[in-house]
Amino acid sequence: MEKNEEDVLELGGRKFHSRFILGSGKYSLKLIEAAVKDAGAELVTVAVRRANTKEHENILDYVPEGVTLLPNTSGARTADEAVRIAHLARELGCGDFVKIEIMRDTKYLLPDNEATIRATETLAKEGFVVLPYMYPDLNVARDLVDAGAAAVMPLAAPIGSNKGLVTREFIQILIDEIDLPIIVDAGIGSPAQACEAMQMGAAAVMANTALATAGNLPLMASAFREAISAGRKAYRAGLGRVLSRGASASDPLTGFLRD
Amino acid sequence: MVKINGEMQQAAGKTVAAYLEEAGYDSRAVAVEHNEVILPKERYASTRLADGDTVEIVCFMGGGC
Repeated sequence: MEKNEEDVLELGGRKFHSRFILGSGKYSLKLIEAAVKDAGAELVTVAVRRANTKEHENILDYVPEGVTLLPNTSGARTADEAVRIAHLARELGCGDFVKIEIMRDTKYLLPDNEATIRATETLAKEGFVVLPYMYPDLNVARDLVDAGAAAVMPLAAPIGSNKGLVTREFIQILIDEIDLPIIVDAGIGSPAQACEAMQMGAAAVMANTALATAGNLPLMASAFREAISAGRKAYRAGLGRVLSRGASASDPLTGFLRD
Repeated sequence: MVKINGEMQQAAGKTVAAYLEEAGYDSRAVAVEHNEVILPKERYASTRLADGDTVEIVCFMGGGC
């Protein structure tokens, strides 16, 4: 990698300088602007839900200009439902990015990889920029590449758990073997974990619950921003080697004062 | 009866535009699916609901992981 070339994340032909994808769930709409600003986020996920007539606050009024919205298909239990939700999201008029989330399991909220491949194929053919959320499995990731995904979003740990890189070894395999950006999604609970994911070579990190459940949301957004940026720089720099045993001095050890 | 967002409503015969307004939806902030097909905004005024139809009215809300 050229160390001095502009370091951008490309998704669906669009360039992003931030590698922090921010969720907008579980906190007040009034905090979104500060969170986006302090996170430096250029991509923000939103969900699609049945509208009601009593609530007239529109989340789009709170998202700063210049941010790309990434609607997700949460709530979908099948590929067909995910496709329907993606169509509704596009009709809401915020572009053609979509994050596919298909969950049949309501206890652990684990993604249905097989249905995700099918929905990815359908939506990519229709021109969507498809970012599928998946359980980190190399064969599935390869199928997602073939299906036309723009990136692959493996989970680090169950959604909302803040448990960190539980699936670390398997995410590393995806990073090493898949030519698309690997965006670590779900379960990242602290800036240290986000930094580590970036050091491993992840293209970006997504976080939501880690911020929403923090004591000070905008301050945590800022901490994540710095951690993700630091991890990316470390990855680009190339980490120093680890000795399996012994030591290696950083100072000249030629003896003196003795003879 | 028309099934709107999962609930049976007396909306047969009304246009989608009229229903949205009467029910108090902000039509700029919603998307409508009529019998599982997306209904473009320019057709709200000309699309009339019939008995047995299914309608979904959705909007964006906060969401993440």
